Amino acid sequence: MREKRRTDLAALAALVCTVVALFLANRYLDDYKIRIINLSGIYVTLGLSMNLINGFTGLFSLGHAGFMAVGAYTVGLLTMPVSMKEMNFFFTPIVPWLANVEMGFLPALLIAGLISALLGILIGAPVLRLRDDYLAIATLGFAEIIRVVFTNTQSLTNGALGLKGIPNYTNTWWSWGVAFVTIAFTSFLIRGSYGKAFMAIREDEVAAEAMGINLFKHKVMSFAFASFFAGVAGGLLGSLLGTIDPNMFRITLTFNILLIVVLGGLGRITGTVVAAVVVTVMMEALRFLDESINLGFIELKGIPGMRMVIFSIILILVVILRREGLLTRLKGREASYAEN
Amino acid sequence: MGNLSLFLQHLTNGISLGSLYALIAIGYTMVYGILRLINFAHGDIFMLGVYLTYFGVLYTAIPWWLVFIIAPALTGLVGLLLERVAYKPLRDSPRITILISAIGASFLLQNLGIVLFGGRPRAFPVPRILNHVVKVRGVSINVITFIIPVVTILLLIGLTYFITKTKTGMAMRALSRDYETASLMGIDINRIISITFFMGSFLAAVGGIMWGARYPQLMPLMGVMPGLKSFIAAVVGGIGNIAGAVAGGFLLGLGEIMLVALLPRLTGYRDAFAFVVLIIILLFKPSGLMGTSQTEKV
Repeated sequence: MREKRRTDLAALAALVCTVVALFLANRYLDDYKIRIINLSGIYVTLGLSMNLINGFTGLFSLGHAGFMAVGAYTVGLLTMPVSMKEMNFFFTPIVPWLANVEMGFLPALLIAGLISALLGILIGAPVLRLRDDYLAIATLGFAEIIRVVFTNTQSLTNGALGLKGIPNYTNTWWSWGVAFVTIAFTSFLIRGSYGKAFMAIREDEVAAEAMGINLFKHKVMSFAFASFFAGVAGGLLGSLLGTIDPNMFRITLTFNILLIVVLGGLGRITGTVVAAVVVTVMMEALRFLDESINLGFIELKGIPGMRMVIFSIILILVVILRREGLLTRLKGREASYAEN
Repeated sequence: MGNLSLFLQHLTNGISLGSLYALIAIGYTMVYGILRLINFAHGDIFMLGVYLTYFGVLYTAIPWWLVFIIAPALTGLVGLLLERVAYKPLRDSPRITILISAIGASFLLQNLGIVLFGGRPRAFPVPRILNHVVKVRGVSINVITFIIPVVTILLLIGLTYFITKTKTGMAMRALSRDYETASLMGIDINRIISITFFMGSFLAAVGGIMWGARYPQLMPLMGVMPGLKSFIAAVVGGIGNIAGAVAGGFLLGLGEIMLVALLPRLTGYRDAFAFVVLIIILLFKPSGLMGTSQTEKV
């Protein structure tokens, strides 16, 4: 009991620190850095939601990019002013029931999450009885189908042209606010009986079923929660960038999140949060590898793609050398949690 | 041009695309049969094969037909190396771990491709003999469309002979049937796995060369879609089953071409077709068309 209170206190302290840090950041940092902070928050949400399926429930799903696409498009279409919509859909007019919709950011985000979750249930119900690699490829397939469909539904998503001029509602309070909601939700979920059931499924499906855990219900539930947060995060991302198109949501995006989950450790919350921030910052910090830099006396030629080469090597090395993730030393308690 | 000749043209196109899928799918199915691993990097090995051929033909004095043999052999070695570095250390780990490593390897190869070969598309140097149009009864067809299925069938005959008649082939089958018992019988597991990766990568590279001759545009990410679709072909046919992979490849190739030919309105959905087929198959016949269903051991 005391231990639990200490965790809660630590969480509260972290929350306060983050709020202060965000406040200071908003005052003193330039737009570019603020953008990185936003991205970090969004990736925290994404990393946790993927970890919920892949790490805690042990279902290998690679469909995140698809759910993010759904979320991003939902928020984009719901928040975009009517006049902007007319400008976007000059090719084929938008479907009438969406033409005059314009709502606030919060309801749009919630609807985005709910549509994503609904889709998650629809997709999950049939495919979640597949195992490991089959599930991976089936979810990947669904993400790919969503992308292809979005490219072709001209009057709903504006097809390959994408959406431009999505209002930039996302700020650090939104991105990190959602991140904290996700952290709190995941922590409570994992501590409770549902979380225990998820982990039991991960450890041994047959044994879990024999213990009376309804496999189907819990798997679909975990999938739906994860899709909900993926959709919300997608909405935040779309609103941050202002411009989206179907090709943004390729498997590369899922790969980035997978990298975060693996670095942070499968089934680790704190690790995922730290990894999300570290990876996002590093992705930006290592940008110099892709671009030329002029040091005054010598010009180093950047090599496009070098950044991702390094990240791929890191991923493989982490998987081979430290399967529990890079950041587990940071927190011993949670590690024992997962092992028990 | 009559309807029939048009149909025949689509048919030959479908068969040649199907042959390419089949060649790549064999690599997936052989590796899966033995290691129970989806080698996500297989599509990128295919890409590497095409690029090696490209550089061999354009930048060395080696005659093109020799390059067409050397480049797949080199690609085979890369495949073998990949297994040693990225998969072998994880052989006893949970499947999810080795799968992540495979995804990492795939992205590594793709981005190495971008770093080494540049992101701009290049034109594949197709020898004239393979690339001219002949007219057969009013149907104009590129020679390569004929060559692809013929080469595929020859390779398949060779492969079938190898798997069924040679000692190594027998060891391969034993390994895919029962990993542990096979090793107890004195089969050198590492050697057989290396050979499997070499052969799978070799075939993928041969498929890659013909792909380059058929669709002569090279890009570092060109392996992703053919790779995924060929994997789907392997699953559709029953993964682990070579004949199934070939059947799945033809089914997918023909289906894709015919979808575009008969329902032009759905052209944009071409890339989704394979995935829809995959999901239907997984739901109704998870072991594939020719696969044997496995009972689960508890």
